[in-house]
Amino acid sequence: MAGRETVIEAQRLSFRAGRRSILEGVSFHAAAGETVCIIGPNGAGKSTLLKCLAGINETSAGALTICGRPLASYSRRSLARILSYVPQAYGHELPFFVHDFVMMGRYAHIGPLSLPGKADRDAVEHAMATTGTIALADRHMATLSGGELQRVFIAAALAQQTCVMLLDEPTTFLDPKHRFEIHGLLMKISRDHGVTTVIATHDLAFALQSADRIIALKEGKLVYCGEAADMTVEATLSSMYEIPFLVLRHPATGRPIVIAEDA
Amino acid sequence: MRRTTRGRLLLAGLLALGLAVFVTAPMVGMKAVTVQDVLGNALDVTAHKIFWEIRVPRVLVSFLAGAGLGLSGMAFQAMFRNVLATPYTLGVASGASFGAALCVRAGITLDLPLFSAVTLCAFAGAMLAVGVVYGISRSRAGMSPPTLLLAGVAVSFLFSSLILFVQYTSGLTQSFRIVRWLMGSIDVLGYRPAVEIAPFVITGSLIVLALYRELDLMLLGDELSMSRGLNVDRTRKLLVLAVSLMVGGIVAVCGPIGFVGMMAPHMVRLATGADHKYLGPATFLFGGAFLTICDTMGRTLAAPAEIPVGVVTALLGGPFFLWLLLRRSGSGWWGLG
Repeated sequence: MAGRETVIEAQRLSFRAGRRSILEGVSFHAAAGETVCIIGPNGAGKSTLLKCLAGINETSAGALTICGRPLASYSRRSLARILSYVPQAYGHELPFFVHDFVMMGRYAHIGPLSLPGKADRDAVEHAMATTGTIALADRHMATLSGGELQRVFIAAALAQQTCVMLLDEPTTFLDPKHRFEIHGLLMKISRDHGVTTVIATHDLAFALQSADRIIALKEGKLVYCGEAADMTVEATLSSMYEIPFLVLRHPATGRPIVIAEDA
Repeated sequence: MRRTTRGRLLLAGLLALGLAVFVTAPMVGMKAVTVQDVLGNALDVTAHKIFWEIRVPRVLVSFLAGAGLGLSGMAFQAMFRNVLATPYTLGVASGASFGAALCVRAGITLDLPLFSAVTLCAFAGAMLAVGVVYGISRSRAGMSPPTLLLAGVAVSFLFSSLILFVQYTSGLTQSFRIVRWLMGSIDVLGYRPAVEIAPFVITGSLIVLALYRELDLMLLGDELSMSRGLNVDRTRKLLVLAVSLMVGGIVAVCGPIGFVGMMAPHMVRLATGADHKYLGPATFLFGGAFLTICDTMGRTLAAPAEIPVGVVTALLGGPFFLWLLLRRSGSGWWGLG
């Protein structure tokens, strides 16, 4: 991954909710087209970190640079053109049809008081084709299954045509088949579109097999941050989750596979 | 696409309904008016006068008021992501009423070319109430809609008791004036009220209608709409300003007319869906036509007596509100989100 342009540069980020400290001194960087997984137990601050990166949460300390500019220097609109965010599963209650929802991803690209143009329609069509949601275009959000909903949310983020996509537990409530599909989709987005994806996930198998870079959090602090290949798997996971892990190797890729197990 | 066609058809239909109401409503009433009377080449000068100086201005005011109240309701429903959130249920109308009542009591008169002192005071009262409700809703993260509604009810009560206090301290004539006006009535003579109400409703409506894309995004919730590039704070401020303008202007002239703000957008939404591109103009037209019909009913049903239009809408709106409350338990979408 050497030589690629750095897209996200976070230095000693901290976030406080009231008096409680949620994130403390988190530093990492990510390059163009990388897949970055944020792992950690519940309450470790994974979602909070994503929301800080998305500019939804305001960090209390630290410096955050996205595409070479400090995050704070972006307007909401200009930020939405380089960074998209896929929240944790929800959306059944949204009163929209799928196509209209994906088109709403173009908000930052459409001028005030003007209508969506050809570029917007093309971007929406392309995003829906990539995510395989064209057949869902005229369906109402309330009628979608969990896997379909997740693909539609990713389509909307893709329609934003950003160089960074942040995803908060995109596969948590999905069965293995749909999880596999979403993972494939995410890999396609980062490889083919050169989008840097930052994924908060509990899916250790995915993180260990597919991530270029891993950010391991525990109680708001970094346990590990760096290339996935360099991580000492057993030590990192055990200290993070406080249970022993058995580490095996994937026969083809040599990448680690872990099982929680008594030593 | 089919949905687009449907939206356009509905808008065309509502436009036709609006025009029909506009033309028919002034013809209806105690005193029969014929087309000749209207055009002024008939012998009946009284009918001519009644038509042009009482009924047409009245229809203008009721149409503008209904349209403005409908759009205000729609804006609040999107902003608070709740169909029960309207200027009336959240206490904004009471705030405006309090401002106006205070003005009547204090006997403040201002002779500005366009606005009366009552209008300005009602606007200030509306802003105050919005500020209070909004402050409450922001004070605790993840505040649930039922709590918000209760906060609105509390604000409403607070201003109502303040109004009662104002009444208590006023004389018999003033007190009667306040009570009569609190019932919500479109009892206008001449074009001055229409001229007074128009800039408020038109400005507010233009703001709300122009923000259709932003209103759609607000339904996604703050976090997702921010990540789509929406400046949530600025949009809220604009909407609050627009709603306060409309409610202030309308309440000053007509008193607090309830339920239109909740019913109009909701009825229209059943047909158009939540896409504000169609919902906005459709609500404007439907709200206007609806209140005009209610007012026409109010002045004809018990003629020669007049039922204040606020009483008519409340009689229709009460059961509607209950229906909405009971129905929502079943339906999952667009609700207490």
